[in-house]
Amino acid sequence: MTIADLAFYCFAVPAVFAALMVVISRNMVHSVLWLILVFLSSAGMFVLLGAEFVAMLLVIVYVGAVAVLFLFVVMMLDVDFAALKGQVSRYMPLAAPMGLVILLQLSMGVGAWVQADAAPGLRQSVTPDPIQVENTRALGLLIYDKYLYLFQAAGLILLVAMVGAILLTLRDRKDVKRQNVLAQMWRDPAKAMELKDVKPGQGL
Amino acid sequence: MDDFMNSGAGTVLLIAAQGLLVIGFVMISLLFLVYGDRKIWAAVQLRRGPNVVGVFGLLQTVADAAKYIFKEVVIPAGVDRPVFFLAPLISFVLAVLAWAVIPFSPGWVLSDINVAILFVFAASSLEVYGVIMGGWASNSKYPFLGSLRSAAQMISYEVSLGLIIIGIIISTGSMNLTHIVEAQDGSFGLLNWYWLPHLPMVALFFISALAETNRPPFDLPEAESELVAGFQVEYSSTPFLLFMAGEYIAIFLMCALMSLLFFGGWLSPIPGLPDGAFWMVLKMAFFFFLFAMVKAIVPRYRYDQLMRIGWKVFLPLSLAWVVLVAFLAKFEVFGGFWARWAMGG
Repeated sequence: MTIADLAFYCFAVPAVFAALMVVISRNMVHSVLWLILVFLSSAGMFVLLGAEFVAMLLVIVYVGAVAVLFLFVVMMLDVDFAALKGQVSRYMPLAAPMGLVILLQLSMGVGAWVQADAAPGLRQSVTPDPIQVENTRALGLLIYDKYLYLFQAAGLILLVAMVGAILLTLRDRKDVKRQNVLAQMWRDPAKAMELKDVKPGQGL
Repeated sequence: MDDFMNSGAGTVLLIAAQGLLVIGFVMISLLFLVYGDRKIWAAVQLRRGPNVVGVFGLLQTVADAAKYIFKEVVIPAGVDRPVFFLAPLISFVLAVLAWAVIPFSPGWVLSDINVAILFVFAASSLEVYGVIMGGWASNSKYPFLGSLRSAAQMISYEVSLGLIIIGIIISTGSMNLTHIVEAQDGSFGLLNWYWLPHLPMVALFFISALAETNRPPFDLPEAESELVAGFQVEYSSTPFLLFMAGEYIAIFLMCALMSLLFFGGWLSPIPGLPDGAFWMVLKMAFFFFLFAMVKAIVPRYRYDQLMRIGWKVFLPLSLAWVVLVAFLAKFEVFGGFWARWAMGG
């Protein structure tokens, strides 16, 4: 076994084990933490494949941002774990056959996997030689030169989705007083307050 | 000897030794950084600061560290034990991890990888987990609020930090930290460094670094007047020491990044003087001095102000700067002032 093989198993075994723990862990926060370990192990495997840019993006985007939001939501949930555990046996008769069917479908799909004759050639023609070009540059050339329109279209779709999500949750409540920061900053002290010289014994 | 060094075991041994050297440097600097922080803080407030243990109180931090280690670890009832103890470890290990790719001088780097700057960024974006896990596992009100604040704060300021770094990457054409420093080399000394072409971003990076490391004036996750000590409330003894050490190492890392990205790393500011690791350490110490001065001088922000600055000021500014730099670099305005890759670097 070479060092590369050893390194592969160092990432693969934790990835599979952690993925299992995501499902069987009783505490949901623990599940998310195991999920983070899955992400990190897969990032390690990307590094072994020589795709260090994708590995770093996986860590920054998925672990550093997406999983934090997951954790945020899950931490806030007030879940009674004991009650949840009791329901598992109730749904088991339905859930087990469903899982089995999906597993069968997946294994059939893997067995029947065919590749078009033209596919390897097409892939080869756009992929730069990994020895000559470092993979950040190669990805940049592919995304921003070769597939620019597809990339921009994907970006546009994400933007529309974001606008839609914001629109759905946007509520303009009239009964809430909001502070206008700019108005506060530009407020003139001379107009806001008045100094009065109060004589003793007279008041205003 | 050469045969052994080229064999598998020799390589492992060499890497381990280099790693120990870097960790040793970081830990010893840590001792004096904490001391320096307290001394500067004290000087601003016209106090003496630590002055009892050792000459000028230099060994105060050693004494404090020993005190933390030998104290009893108090574990509150109802904590989630594995996560409770994992949190300080994560916060400390990740802070040290990023130093693996920081170059101190040409060739003086543990791992000279192509995506070094992304590695540092990834490690520092994972540090938020130490805080979140610590706050959640404590099973207590104030730590939980502190960890929520910290998570939101660190994610917000990561965005602008990342965009500022993209500007530097565009100027250099590489994500390797050694290349980034070499691109700042030139015949005009400190006028060649990136602080001049990227001047507005230096201020933004410094302020974002303060927020990213939970330093005052943005230390809201541990604001003692509102949250007692935030996510650290339930921690004592060595776990607390790990949290604190991780925090200071992350700050020192930000100082190293400031000097590498904007202030030429190991390059000497005056043409003619030799370059070397000496300059790098000097610059890092200077930026730590600035961090300490900010802590002493600036009052704490309110949380909504912090969020407003992050999302409504820093994010648009840094995003606009990325677009601007992209154009300036593409059309090589001022002959490669923003496009060092065009000068054959």
